[in-house]
Amino acid sequence: MPGWVNFVVAGLLTGAVYGLMALGLSVIFGVVRVVNFAHGEMMVLAMYGVILLQHWLGLDPLVSAPVVAMALFALGYALQRGLLNRFIARPEHQQFLLMLGIAGLLTSSMLMVFGPDTASVETSYALDSYEVGPLILDKVRVFAASGAVLSMALLWAFFRMSRTGKAIRACADNPTGAAVAGLDVGRFYATAFGIGAACVGASGTFLLLLVDVQPYLGASYTLLSFIIVIIGGLGSMPGALLGGLLVGVSEGLSAYFVSPSLKSLFSYGLLILVLLVRPQGLLGRRA
Amino acid sequence: MIRKIDRRSFGIGAAATGAILAAPAIVRAQGGRLRIGSLLPKSGDEAETGQFCQGGIDLAKTMVKDMGYDFEVVDADTESKPEVARTQAEKLIHEGCHILTGAFDSGQSLAIAQVCEQNGTPFVVDIAADPAITNQGFKFVFRNFPTAIMLGNNGLALFAELFKATNTHPKTAVLMHVNDTFGQAMVRGINGYDQHVGLPFKIVEDIGYSRDTNDLSAEVAKAKAANADLLVVVHRLNDIILMIREMVKQRYQPMGIISPGSPGMQFAQFFRALGKYANYCITNQPWLDPKQPLALKVREAYGKAHPDQNMTLEIGFTFEGVLICADAAKRAGSTNPQALVEALKATHITDRVMLGGAITFDEHGQNVNLPSAATENLNGKPMVVLPASNAEAKPVFPMPGWSERG
Repeated sequence: MPGWVNFVVAGLLTGAVYGLMALGLSVIFGVVRVVNFAHGEMMVLAMYGVILLQHWLGLDPLVSAPVVAMALFALGYALQRGLLNRFIARPEHQQFLLMLGIAGLLTSSMLMVFGPDTASVETSYALDSYEVGPLILDKVRVFAASGAVLSMALLWAFFRMSRTGKAIRACADNPTGAAVAGLDVGRFYATAFGIGAACVGASGTFLLLLVDVQPYLGASYTLLSFIIVIIGGLGSMPGALLGGLLVGVSEGLSAYFVSPSLKSLFSYGLLILVLLVRPQGLLGRRA
Repeated sequence: MIRKIDRRSFGIGAAATGAILAAPAIVRAQGGRLRIGSLLPKSGDEAETGQFCQGGIDLAKTMVKDMGYDFEVVDADTESKPEVARTQAEKLIHEGCHILTGAFDSGQSLAIAQVCEQNGTPFVVDIAADPAITNQGFKFVFRNFPTAIMLGNNGLALFAELFKATNTHPKTAVLMHVNDTFGQAMVRGINGYDQHVGLPFKIVEDIGYSRDTNDLSAEVAKAKAANADLLVVVHRLNDIILMIREMVKQRYQPMGIISPGSPGMQFAQFFRALGKYANYCITNQPWLDPKQPLALKVREAYGKAHPDQNMTLEIGFTFEGVLICADAAKRAGSTNPQALVEALKATHITDRVMLGGAITFDEHGQNVNLPSAATENLNGKPMVVLPASNAEAKPVFPMPGWSERG
């Protein structure tokens, strides 16, 4: 088996987690039309939440994923209801600045509380791996990817099958029409923001199995989320997954064929290519 | 009698007052008790190691005084950034520090060296390996730490000794290194050694990575794919922990993991993070001299103050940094910068902590009496395995497999 196959598989597994992370950004923009510049910082907050849950209650990160996702849902819901709703009708640059302000506030607060050093979770399976023929699959990567795919499937079912999900889609497609039909658009916007934040919370939990966390980590993941949703198509759920997988695989292959230090270069290259050839993203709808 | 103040006498008085107020540091710097400014990265990327180094400074504050020296230490944090190191050095000088010591990191130490040179303040580098620090003709900079070339040469010379002592013959190696100033300098040292002396193995893959990385899976997979006998590493603390975790997960098991001189694999945090997987890693590095009474006293005192930490070279060198400053001031009988520099040039300290001869400085301000020892992590602590004359245990090489550890 060629050596690059291991890199492709590892890239796909990591890419699934990236996909869930970017999905949160895509849901928020797709419904509320606000670009969440505090996306990565919210994820870092979730990661610290997982560490605290393990420290206080001894919870395994996979068990704390739904708890952290619910906590982030509450945070996102409150943020939208209490603050962002006032900015919905304002110029976009004011929304950007508000979100950047929230990002800075979160980073500084986490720095004060948790300090600048890296932190991680400890699990009994952290150093285990599966051997499937010539492939070696990192156990935490398999768990993280499975959790991410399951979360995305649940979210897809929620938007397709539940009344609330359908109502949120109606608000996204035509807020005026939805309001005329009697839907409380503000509440559904807050629910959508909460769902996006919950995706971030869950992806943060899964990502924490793969990387260590420190307060400054957020900005790089906000940027990565943007790259993924732009490649996949802003507002598209399958697009976020596809974008995540493509970025994960491109990172793996560039690490193998070129240099691990240059793995991000290919993500940016992919982004520029998509912007040139298909500006709405691979699965995005033309505006 | 009331004396009238005319415009001329007011002007003279104002100028005199202004001159005194404007130059407090200069006035203070000429005499009085020695003030040593200590700069370390106590927050930021290198916070963990910087805090660790502070242990050596804190010990020196009492133990060096007990040796008959009079001084005070003013601590400062470089935040792991060269630009902050520069402003903190300027601040310490402005606050009246007569001499500075620090700063663990080469980039930060170089920034401090430039400030000291501009201000005419002596600087004793306690830990930093970039040869540029003592190769630029600085007149106020002295270093009691091996250059990257010395570290590399001394450390690499021990590879052949290790293979001879264990009757092993690895033919190939992968070099994984952090891409910061220290890492780059070490790689230059390794390549230079290979060109001029020759390594006992061939480096088949050279993999660099960012200092602030949080995922080394691709790098480790690439190293594994090279299928080399040995892994040679130049690292910091966090990245070497990430690297070994990935190696265990990916079942990448070379004959050994050896560093020609890097901070991390000897730290207690490394053992706590990796448990049994921390064992059998080897670092060739300057180390404590167990035959020196001062080294034993420092190790004992450090053990009492920090029962959860291992005494390492960082403690020894930061301790010696303060000792060198205090010794120079005592011999100079003054805190005048030029007198301190002349005293530093004549340094000859035989009662020391680290392995090697007396502390002296050559014409570049570099101490060249700094050999390395091979320390291997055995039973949860670093132990000297080479040179044989200083060994506390026999080297275990090749290392046992990940799954073969109890």
